[in-house]
Amino acid sequence: MSSELRYTANTQLEHLHARYTGTGHADLTKWEWLTHQHRDTLSSIVGHPTLASYLAIADGESIGRVKFEMTERMLQPCGPPPAKDD
Amino acid sequence: MASPPGSPRLVDSFTAPKHVLQEFAEMAEEEDIDPFAETASKRQIAARQSDYHNRRFNRQANESADAFKAAEEGAEIEGGYKEAMRLQRLEREEERVRRAIEEKERKAREEGQEKMDLDKTPPREEIIEAVKEVAASSGTKRKRRWDVEEPSDEVKAEEKGGEWSKEALEEAVPKKRRSRWDATPADVGETPKRSRWDQAPAAQPEAPMAAIIMNAPGFMHEDKHNRYLTDEELDALLPTSGYAIVTPPPGYAPLVRPPKLSATPVTEISGFHIQESSDAAAVAAAQGLAPELPTEIPGVGSLAFFKAEDAQYFAKILKEEDETELSVDEMKERKIMRLLLKIKNGTPPVRKTALRQITDKAREFGAGPLFDKILPLLMERTLEDQERHLLVKVIDRVLYKLDDLVRPYVHKILVVIEPLLIDEDYYARVEGREIISNLSKAAGLAHMISTMRPDIDHADEYVRNTTARAFSVVASALGIPSLLPFLKAVCRSKKSWQARHTGIRIVQQIAIMMGCAVLPHLRNLVECIAHGLQDEQQKVRTMTALGLAALAEAAAPYGIESFDNVLKPLWVGIRLHRGKSLAAFLKAIGFILPLMDPEYVSYYIKEVTIILIREFQTSDEEMKKIVLKVVQQCAATEGVTPQYIKQDILPDFFKAFWVRRMALDRRNYRQVVETTVELAQKAGVAEIVGRIVNDLKDEAEPYRKMVMETITKVVASLGASDIDERLEVRLVDGIIYSFQEQTTEDQVMLDGFGTVVNALGIRVKPYLTQIVSTILWRLNNKSAKVRQQAADLTTRLAVVIKQCGEDQLLSKLGLVLFEQLGEEYPDTLGSIIAAEGAIANVVGMTQMNPPVKDLLPRMTPILRNRHEKVQEATINLIGRIADRGAEFVPAREWMRICFELLDLLKAHKKGIRRAAVNSFGYIAKSLGPQDVLQVLLTNLRVQERQSRVCSTVAIAIVAETCGPFTCIPAILNEYRTAELNVRTGCLKALTFVFEYVGPQSAYYADSVVTMLEDALTDRDLVHRQTASVIVKHLALGVAGLGCEDSMLHLMNLVWPNCFETSPHVIGAVMEAIEAMRVTLGPGVLLSYILQGLFHPARKVREVYWRIYNSLYLGAADSLVPFYPDLGELSEGQNVYDRHPLQMFI
Repeated sequence: MSSELRYTANTQLEHLHARYTGTGHADLTKWEWLTHQHRDTLSSIVGHPTLASYLAIADGESIGRVKFEMTERMLQPCGPPPAKDD
Repeated sequence: MASPPGSPRLVDSFTAPKHVLQEFAEMAEEEDIDPFAETASKRQIAARQSDYHNRRFNRQANESADAFKAAEEGAEIEGGYKEAMRLQRLEREEERVRRAIEEKERKAREEGQEKMDLDKTPPREEIIEAVKEVAASSGTKRKRRWDVEEPSDEVKAEEKGGEWSKEALEEAVPKKRRSRWDATPADVGETPKRSRWDQAPAAQPEAPMAAIIMNAPGFMHEDKHNRYLTDEELDALLPTSGYAIVTPPPGYAPLVRPPKLSATPVTEISGFHIQESSDAAAVAAAQGLAPELPTEIPGVGSLAFFKAEDAQYFAKILKEEDETELSVDEMKERKIMRLLLKIKNGTPPVRKTALRQITDKAREFGAGPLFDKILPLLMERTLEDQERHLLVKVIDRVLYKLDDLVRPYVHKILVVIEPLLIDEDYYARVEGREIISNLSKAAGLAHMISTMRPDIDHADEYVRNTTARAFSVVASALGIPSLLPFLKAVCRSKKSWQARHTGIRIVQQIAIMMGCAVLPHLRNLVECIAHGLQDEQQKVRTMTALGLAALAEAAAPYGIESFDNVLKPLWVGIRLHRGKSLAAFLKAIGFILPLMDPEYVSYYIKEVTIILIREFQTSDEEMKKIVLKVVQQCAATEGVTPQYIKQDILPDFFKAFWVRRMALDRRNYRQVVETTVELAQKAGVAEIVGRIVNDLKDEAEPYRKMVMETITKVVASLGASDIDERLEVRLVDGIIYSFQEQTTEDQVMLDGFGTVVNALGIRVKPYLTQIVSTILWRLNNKSAKVRQQAADLTTRLAVVIKQCGEDQLLSKLGLVLFEQLGEEYPDTLGSIIAAEGAIANVVGMTQMNPPVKDLLPRMTPILRNRHEKVQEATINLIGRIADRGAEFVPAREWMRICFELLDLLKAHKKGIRRAAVNSFGYIAKSLGPQDVLQVLLTNLRVQERQSRVCSTVAIAIVAETCGPFTCIPAILNEYRTAELNVRTGCLKALTFVFEYVGPQSAYYADSVVTMLEDALTDRDLVHRQTASVIVKHLALGVAGLGCEDSMLHLMNLVWPNCFETSPHVIGAVMEAIEAMRVTLGPGVLLSYILQGLFHPARKVREVYWRIYNSLYLGAADSLVPFYPDLGELSEGQNVYDRHPLQMFI
């Protein structure tokens, strides 16, 4: 990439990360990426009533309970971050 | 004013007075006149700005110690807050002493004068003094400021000693050295260390900032006539015996006095011009520089320009040096200077790289060396806007990197940046705010407060003003709550009224700058300043009222409850105050009124109205404006009844403000019109128009204009249904009269006429014959302006004339206008054509008189006219005819117009290009696309890029109006031409075609695939770029229309281009991929992306993550089902299965 573009693209990228969680970069770890995926999945379930009621029936729980549990699980859905080995 | 009509003119022609002519002749004889000198001085900021702005050169900057660092290291650092406060006290003391001395001198002089009165001739110095004073008072008068300190004005007049004035003479004679105590030293540069008599020497480890500023060449404002004599000169003048050099008294050091407040920069060093004996040149010469200015500097390369003043700052890098002998610090210094010179004087690419280098290495260079070089440059008197902008940018970037390392330099930076906050230029103000906000984020609130606190009660109003503004920026950067405790303390300061004044001004500035963002803190801010309304200092009371006004304006329409406490003092205050403070109180009331509940507001308005009506009579302009504004605000509130306005306000209002005098000053004029319009909203059209309509026949033209403008605005906003028959007669009569009587053809009269006639609509029918005959008569006037205005009026009236059913009048006008098409003034011609177009619009092509078949051939040659207005009017008329009545004109004529139109496709004005392109569409529709298309495709072969681009747009328009099937085959065929330009043109045309036709593209997607294959695999970058744009439009057009197979094919061809690096190409490719997301769905795209997200090569990962991010932003939610199942990667605590998705019933 030309230096100019690299410069502007990078600044924009920083901006992007600040504004939208879930966006990634070349040094993202497996755990970070998957955590985002899980959170997206959970919020998708909470956000789509049909999906939430499907899970409620499958689980035998009320829809509210399902939504609550999904929301709760968003905190570290893939467990704590793995220790860095460097 | 004007000589009575009929009286002969006194002179036939005017010519310049003789002495003026002679002056020019003399000037022409002098050879070394720089014709650019004047413009150069205008580019210089200092030369352009007022005395007040230039007071910035008087400021002293001191080091602000980093208290945090000191605490960390446990070391005592000199120059902290205590030091600053001490310095500031000394400065005040100095100021006081100086004033006392001047007072004493003045008294002495007055006494002397009394003695001298017995003499016949006053002494020479007195005459010169008097002359100077007269010149000063009659010369450019400074704008009076709200709270400028009065004594300083006197001081100023006093300080201007002439060349032979007593002071100057005293200074020139060495024996009387003692009197130098309060004089400016001859050459400040000679004192190596600006060791002030009262300053701790430890505070300046290296050459201090102020000394550098003093060294600025522009600073040496004394010309050679009244500078001090040097020792050598004195030796030559005086006998060797009988004289001794007296040693100065112990402890004496020349007081560094700021340059005279009023002294406009005497040095007018222009951009490229070297003054023979200028100090800058002398300095440069002393350092062994050639007198001519270099454009090539060793280690810097070529520069865009180099000024004489630059030589001073960059002397060290101008000559070749042996770098091996330099120490590390010296090398660093040279490096910084080179970079700065590149940034300041370099060409854009040079500048850009230098800026990046200086940013990257900022921490390495360190704050000290950087700012020691940057800040003096910013204080240079000959600084120009562009240079200032660039240097400020450097500071901004460097600040970002240095972070808390800047702490010791905060005050120095503030001294340089604060003046930007009161600059006339909006962008300079924004830049200044940006820097101070970044600075406060870097240095922290505590440090900012301790640095700026001493300036809050500075003796100089200028310093306090800028400090207040800077504080408001700090407040907006760090949040109002964090600054509130400090503000409260300052606003209640017992020590000096200046501190209270500044504190309140800070609040005012916060309100002005932050707008409605003050709302959460409104109560606190109001409480902070409320007590100032009863302050013993009048200036504080005034400022408090202004602050409240700003707060109320910012909070509108909320927050009245926060102002509860100040209502009583304000309303009591308007009975107690007079003059400026009354004006400020009224202003505050005016802004608070709109916040109030309608039930209560009428009471408060009644209270204030008495004062307002009293002040209607005022002769103070400022007061007049504020009174008008408050009346306007009162009238706009809900609680005031029309009855009240009609009875209590209107009679006095019209008596005081609807007088001829008000029309003469532009600001008054506008304010009166606005207020009257606001009153009309309550009182009604008839009431207001009825009162002023007779003045349409007033003999003063500016006054008539004011009346006309008011009527226009009132009628435009409220309509004319309120106007009864009698008033209607008077109104139309008055308008026709004032329209005919105007001497300067004005937009106001035209607008007024158009608005009123359109508002009256069909009621205007009885007057139409008279109006049209006026127009016809004026269309034949000998003045081009009058003709133009008549034509413009026709444009505005055409619709109404048609409504009234006066078709024969229209056709008469049409014919007359047609005859006028030979008009030679382009502005007038444009108006005439526009009028003809307006008539054609309302009458229709069939009834048009002159018939369209005559009109159009007449327009063809006019198309060649280069004037924009003519072009636009013509192209609009032609487009209209092509749209509605193309069949009345033979095809050959249309083809001729097509050729002419091609030229218009490259017009500068967008409106013309668009109209031309649209006309192409209409013409193609009526003629059939073949011929037009042929013209356009041939046009793709021409050299000029602009017309090729326009042709491609026109092709697309033809495709849109005549159906893509008419064009796409022709374009595909043309694409086979071997010529690069043509092929690019074809691709470009297709991009526009697919952009315009949208979903219709589904029918053509398969037919263009092979061509796109070819283009996307071409070696030429531009081909691939343009093809990607086509793919983008195509993909967006066919989304959801079942073309996924061909789109997937194109996707495979586009995808490898994602590694392109050219900005335009990569942009186009990314957009094409984005469009594919819409057509193919995010899932397909994700499967492409997954290949490279964790690729071993970083370059690949970077690109893939970028695409992933844009995909994620576009379709985060719909990606959920497509994420790969990565459960097998689970290890230990980290389980990656997405269990909820694995459930099923």
